[in-house]
Amino acid sequence: MKEKMETTNQPKKSGYMNPYIGGVLLGLVLLAANFVAGRGLGASGAIKSVVVATTQTVAPKYAASTKYFKEYHEEHAGSPLKNWLVFQMLGVIAGGFASGALAGRLKFKVEHSPKITSRRRLVFALLGGIFFGVGSQLGRGCTSGSALSGMAVLSFGGIITMMAIFGGAYALAYFFRKNWI
Amino acid sequence: MGPLAVNDIISSNTNFFLAFVIGIGFGFVLEQCGFSSSRKLAGLFYGYDMVVLKVFFTGGVTAMLGLLFFSLFGWVDLNLVYVNPTFLTSAIVGGLVMGFGFIMGGFCPGTSFCGAAIGKIDAMIFIVGLFIGVYFFAFGYPMFETLYKSANMGSPKISTMLDLSDGVFALILVVVALGMFYAAEWVEKKFPREEY
Repeated sequence: MKEKMETTNQPKKSGYMNPYIGGVLLGLVLLAANFVAGRGLGASGAIKSVVVATTQTVAPKYAASTKYFKEYHEEHAGSPLKNWLVFQMLGVIAGGFASGALAGRLKFKVEHSPKITSRRRLVFALLGGIFFGVGSQLGRGCTSGSALSGMAVLSFGGIITMMAIFGGAYALAYFFRKNWI
Repeated sequence: MGPLAVNDIISSNTNFFLAFVIGIGFGFVLEQCGFSSSRKLAGLFYGYDMVVLKVFFTGGVTAMLGLLFFSLFGWVDLNLVYVNPTFLTSAIVGGLVMGFGFIMGGFCPGTSFCGAAIGKIDAMIFIVGLFIGVYFFAFGYPMFETLYKSANMGSPKISTMLDLSDGVFALILVVVALGMFYAAEWVEKKFPREEY
């Protein structure tokens, strides 16, 4: 008991990695992706693969006759799940879990500001996900695939999308401040 | 030499296996930096935690410089590295919509998977939203198609657009990043939050 009291009285350490060291490591991972596969990292592309695969399984006729799915197949040969980003995202889940386990951060919880309820947090999480899902298709990639990976290869479109993402969030930050601060 | 998969130095299956390994590194680093927490990520937009800016730009600059040096040493052929295409209107509109999603949901797709991996229920719900969004786009594609395909500029590099060499643009970006890091440290002191 006494020892516990003492540890909680210690000045709090964040338990997170120094962000600049983390950034260099992130950069090396992205460099490795480009060196190995000739492409950057991504996340939304894996979701798109799963969406195409499930639609083809559940409604093959619809998928075969609908433009979006036809265009996907013109660009991607083979099974939509046999995709670089799908394997990479499985790794992300494993790596995130391993890091959380090592740091003692594995816990089921809804993280939210004390000023709002869990329910409100979850409603906005769902809405945010929907917007991000639609936006990532228009942007041809998300913060990882378009913004970060695009910056590394100096893609004009990637850098434009990056500025639009952060600009869009800052533009609405005032209206959603209660959710966060 | 590189990219290994494009030059057929490694097989397609090896490439998929390495994708998994690279993904582990990606997820591990994101989680170690605190990107599994929406309140840490959202700090960027209110100034109380600028970790996103620091990690994101350090990562981008590191990879960019790494690729330029690899190219200089002849280790990677930059002509074979994928450069994201530019469809200008769609890039701007899509980016803004993603930004709205970011401030509402507190995650982006990659970070939401990291959060879900350590048990964040808000991250799991965000992922449900992502799927709804992508299905909506897929099923409503005729509605988005004109916007999606307009203003196709090919795959230009920003250095080419500005009539600079890659190296000079890289140097400018490094200086800009250092300036932003300096500002970020100052902002965190100005808008501190003890507990969040």
